[in-house]
Amino acid sequence: MIGLPHYLVVAAILFTIGVFGIFVNRKNVIVILMSIELILLAVNINLVAFSAYLHDVAGQIFAMFVLTVAAAEAAVGLAILVTFFRNRGDIAVDDASMMKG
Amino acid sequence: MPVQAIAFYLLAFVTIAAGLLVVSARNPVHSVLFLITAFFSAAGLFVLLGAEFLAMLLVVVYVGAVAVLFLFVVMMLDVDFAELRQGFVQYLPFGGVIALVIATEMVMVVAAVATNGAAAKNALPNASPGGVPNTEAIGRVLYTDYVFFFQLAGLVLLVAMIGAIVLTLRHKPGVKRQDIGKQVARTPKTGMELVQIKPGEGISE
Repeated sequence: MIGLPHYLVVAAILFTIGVFGIFVNRKNVIVILMSIELILLAVNINLVAFSAYLHDVAGQIFAMFVLTVAAAEAAVGLAILVTFFRNRGDIAVDDASMMKG
Repeated sequence: MPVQAIAFYLLAFVTIAAGLLVVSARNPVHSVLFLITAFFSAAGLFVLLGAEFLAMLLVVVYVGAVAVLFLFVVMMLDVDFAELRQGFVQYLPFGGVIALVIATEMVMVVAAVATNGAAAKNALPNASPGGVPNTEAIGRVLYTDYVFFFQLAGLVLLVAMIGAIVLTLRHKPGVKRQDIGKQVARTPKTGMELVQIKPGEGISE
């Protein structure tokens, strides 16, 4: 029988993979953004699983808002990335301290 | 084993494997494709839970918009991705330890919640309470209790759209553009010149 803990464990592992991805791909902003998407997906799985097992639809509404914010964040993040690439010709974040003054 | 359990384990395995490949793939284009796979199988998990509306939303928004946006940017930027990967092995042990710690903590919390929490008393998932379809159940709550947050979400999207346009818009010098003010301000006096030409001679600048 598939219960709530099964879904929560899947979400926990996916969240961990997202955090791990941020750690190992410290130079590649694109993969970092994708890791953030994975983390938000894990949060959404948690919200929907709790919503289903608590018989309360509010969790799905929250998941929808998380989805909205994730889409907005991806759009703005990638726009910043494109602007950064135009200015530098590179996307290495190690030397992304041009605003330090 | 019932068919639901088989579907769950299959979708969960594909989700986690695709997630691992997203962070470890050599080529970012492959990363985006594995991200799409992860989103698809997560949508399958949502269907298993009974949340069909969010599953379809995940496919439309993530696969249709966000992943394609990633794909565009990855393919548009001409970057040496092999160079960006150096340091992967160097950070691997540290990242692995952190990941292990986080995973252990979260699984312990899950074990506690699943046996003692309020959700533990319901054995079966029910994503659409009230005996109405899932989409209707969401709509009934979204447009009444959460209508203010719904409007706010629209505002967030508007601001993000304007921000993305402002960040990426640039005017190239040397490109001829229509200047309506200039066109309207043009009179016969400024647009035309009368020249007296003697017969037998042309005009020289």
